[in-house]
This record gives sequence, C-alpha cells and structure tokens, in this order.
Amino acid sequence: MHGGLIVDGSISAPGDVRQLISDLIIEYAHAIDDDRLESWTDFFTDECSYRIINRENHDKGRVVGIMDCSSKGMLQDRILALREANVFEPHTYRHIVSGTRVVGQEGDVFNVETSFLVVRTMQEGDMAVFCTGKYIDEIVVAGSTARFISRIVVCDSNRIDTLIVIPI
Amino acid sequence: MATDIKNLVTWPDDGVSRIPIQIYTDPDIYGEEQQRIFRGPIWSFVGMADEIAKPGDYQTTYIGDTPVIVLRDLEGEMQVIVNRCAHRGNLVCIAKEGHAEELTCVYHNWRYDLQGNLKSVAFGKGVGKQGGMPDDFNREEHGMQRLKCEVYAGLVFATFSDEVAPLTEWLGEEMVENIDRVVGRGMVLLGTYSQYMPNNWKLYMENVRDSYHASILHMFQATFRINRLSMKGGIKLSDGGWHHISYSIAETDKEEAEYDSKKLRAVKDGYTLADPTLVKGWREFDCGTTLAIQSVYPNFVVQQISNSLALRLCLPKGPEECELMWWVFGVPEDTEEKRKIRIKQSNMIGPGGVISMEDGVVGGWIQRGTKRDQDKSTVVQMGGRGIEPSAEGRATEVSIRGFWQGYRDCMGV
Repeated sequence: MHGGLIVDGSISAPGDVRQLISDLIIEYAHAIDDDRLESWTDFFTDECSYRIINRENHDKGRVVGIMDCSSKGMLQDRILALREANVFEPHTYRHIVSGTRVVGQEGDVFNVETSFLVVRTMQEGDMAVFCTGKYIDEIVVAGSTARFISRIVVCDSNRIDTLIVIPI
Repeated sequence: MATDIKNLVTWPDDGVSRIPIQIYTDPDIYGEEQQRIFRGPIWSFVGMADEIAKPGDYQTTYIGDTPVIVLRDLEGEMQVIVNRCAHRGNLVCIAKEGHAEELTCVYHNWRYDLQGNLKSVAFGKGVGKQGGMPDDFNREEHGMQRLKCEVYAGLVFATFSDEVAPLTEWLGEEMVENIDRVVGRGMVLLGTYSQYMPNNWKLYMENVRDSYHASILHMFQATFRINRLSMKGGIKLSDGGWHHISYSIAETDKEEAEYDSKKLRAVKDGYTLADPTLVKGWREFDCGTTLAIQSVYPNFVVQQISNSLALRLCLPKGPEECELMWWVFGVPEDTEEKRKIRIKQSNMIGPGGVISMEDGVVGGWIQRGTKRDQDKSTVVQMGGRGIEPSAEGRATEVSIRGFWQGYRDCMGV
C-alpha cells in the first residue's frame, strides 16, 4: 500500500470511508473560515470532546490546554460567548488542511491525523501565520455520514499571539 | 555610568495617580527598567522546583530580558546562573530544559561546574606550546555569574541584588500567607503555555492589579449571569504597595449552593450556558476564598479563580511587547474528579479563556491609542490618589497605584 516506504502508523481504509473523512475535515475548515460558527457543533457527535493543546503539553502527557470542551454544550457555549460576551478585534481565519492519514480503526471509528495551517487576518488587514499543527481525530463513520467523536488540536508552538477566540 | 533618570522622564504631579504615557514605549526607559527593577532590589520568579527535580536538571528562562539557567547542582541545591559564557558571551544552555553534569559552552568549549565556576578552557595551554591563555589567566575570575536564589513553597526566586531583604521578609506576612494557601499543599503541573502580547509589560501588570475593569471588560460572567455580586471582597497591599492581593470570599457553603442553583440565569433573556458545569466547582478553601489574584512585584502572579490555580510571569520583550508565561496546576491530593473540574475551569483562563482572553488584547489597544501622545498621562484615581488599602475591591485602582509606588521606588523617578 505504501510502496515499500517505512511509515509510522498509517493503515489502509476503504476509499469511500476516506472520502467521507476527508469531506468532514474540509467542510469543518470552511465552516469556520466562512464564519458559520453556529454549525461548528454539527460536525461532532452528541457525546464529544474538543481540545486545543500545545505540542509540548501533549507530548508530555499534560492535560490542560488552551480550550477544553468535554461536551457538546461546552462547544455551543464557546460560540455563544464569542458572539455575545467576549471582546476582541474582528478577525478571520483561513485554514489550509492537508496530509490526512488514517492511523487506526476500531469498528466504525477511525483514528485520523491531519496537518493544518491557520492564517489570521485582522480587520485592518494585518495577516500572519497564527497557528500550525496537527489534528488528532477520532471519527465515527456510519453509513454516509462522518462525525468527530473527539478532535485534539495540537499546536506546534507554545505561544498564542494575543488571544484565541475562534476555534481552530 | 548611571543615567540620570530624571532627564529621561518627568513624572506628572499627583503622585502615583497619573502615569506618564512615555514610559510604555521609550527604549531608554525600558533599558533603565532592566537595570533598576529587574536587576534591582526585587526577587524574580524563575520556575517550579519540582520541575527541576534531580541533580543536573535545568531549565532556561529570563529575569527581565536577561537569560538565566535554573538548575539543581550535584549537591541538590538550586542555582540560578546568568546564561552567558564568561568568554565571548555566548548562551551556554540552548535547550529550554535538559540535564547536564556540567555546563559547557559549545562555541569554544569553556567548561563550568553547576555552580558556574570555570573548570577548564579548551587549548588553554596552547597547541604545541604555541598560543594558549596568558600565564596570569586566573580561572577563578572568569566564572559564570551566579545569582542569589531562594526556594519557597516549591517556587524558585532569584535576585541580582545584594541589598534586597530575604524573600519572605520582602514579600511580607500577608503575601506569604496567600502563597502558602494556594501553593503550599504542593503543585502538580497540569499544563503550560504562553500568550504573546503587543504591549509594554507594565500595561499587563496594571491590568492584573485592576479590579475596576473586571466586571466591565469581561462580559462572560455578566452575559451568563454568573457574577457573585453579593460576595465580600477586598484588596490587600503589602507595605509600600509593591505586592497586592484582590480577593472575594463566600462566607458560607449556603452562599455557594445558592450560587450554583439559582444564579445561572442570563442578564439578557435567552443566554444560558448549555453546560453550566463549566462554572461549577467545590469549596476548596476553609476560609471561603473563591477568588484571589496576587501580584508579586514586579511581574509575577499567583492565581486562584474558583478551583483554577495558576502562576503567571510577564516577561518584557522590548518596549512594546511582552510574553505571559502560564503554569496551570493542581495539588497532589486531587481526586480524578477534582482534576477534571480544574481542567474544565481552565477554560476561563489563558489566551483562550472565556473570562481572561480580553486581558491579552486591551494592552495592545492602549499601546496603539497612545502612540502619538507621549507627553500625556493616564489617570489612576479611582478610590483615591494614594496607596491606602481599601475594603471595597471593585471601585478602586489602589493596587495599580501600589505598582507605581514600587516602580518609582526602584527607578528613582
């Protein structure tokens, strides 16, 4: 499958499953970049978790990250807080996601990793690489739908510039 | 050699209640601060002792913007050494953390022991009797600079100063009590991260000490109606105003219970938390303290917000930038359930904290707002003009004035 290359952990998965997983990851990114944040929670199963954590903490097995939602309600609250409570300078993201690979499977649940790059554009036009890293996902594929059971956003840098309010 | 600081800045009238805007941008002032504050009569927090556990373990960090190595020497004693080779000034430790039996500069292989004493110099006697150091070169005069260091409750502090009082005396009894309360049970590190801010370090430290803004800028609690306005609160300032604690106390368990059951309604109809467990904690301290933000002059913070415990260190990175380092922790006796609550509550703090994220942005806005008005001053007169502590915590800026008292004491302005 990998043409004799030494790979660390990739497994094979049927093409249609790969397509559903890939669509989920791409649609998720577009939803955020297009400011359709109210639909963000729809990409997750009812029992779900979402965490942003830096690479150092993740590698050391530390548990506290930058955001940590352990229920769908907490995901909704994040977005409501962003819309109604939090104070910040308007900005948008552009997600570049690539290199999705499947690294595990148990029944209809797939372990998937994807690289990402997020460029942040401020209202006055300042643009900068805001974050790069890797999504570590647990995705359930049932019939023709795929959803995140858990999404861990592992940021390469320990630093966040100014603040983070829009999810990655 | 010392600059006459009064030539650099003229302090407005009204004591510590008017702040000259120039000192948030001026590179000369920034340089003087490094000398007079960060290398002056203060103790700087440099790390957690437990994270540097074994002889030879080290971490690198900064005091002000001076790079330092924090390490445990072979006798198990904590040492803080300026991260600069005595030869050409190269950084001796490059990694953020590691383990070493000795300190060796990679540039020319000058070797130091873990107290910073120079042990050997590569080609010191020359090559084939040619070259080498002069006969009168005395290794004892060329060690790395070792700082005075004290460890209290697992917190490592260091100072450049020979004159500063011993750490706990410098902190004062009330400040030590709060450190004992929050940190004294031991710390289990749950996570670290940093927040880089486009503003002078002092703007962040003012924000930390600004209890006036808390319920105004941070709308999360008001929007979801989770303020506990009935609670008692107040401010403690150390003698001279240098350190501060702002705190709230729920006097009874009943008050806590009422808060949990009744007050999770939104100010505006329709805004309720879908998952209110975010703000549900337990009464962790017998004294009933539900919030205590303590700043240790000039740039260290000990935080208790409900059950969210953290240390913060605001490192200056030039006149108009700073980096806030966070250590989020629990205690050894935490059950799994309590640890989960701490993790959940960590959503309130840090660069992505629903309550605290605004603290990362407001300093940059001030920096931009004041760019062309260097000759003007800001007003810090809520609750008076002096540094008398106040029983009422919300409508006063006394802690900010305490910061400026410490600043003027150190800077001589």
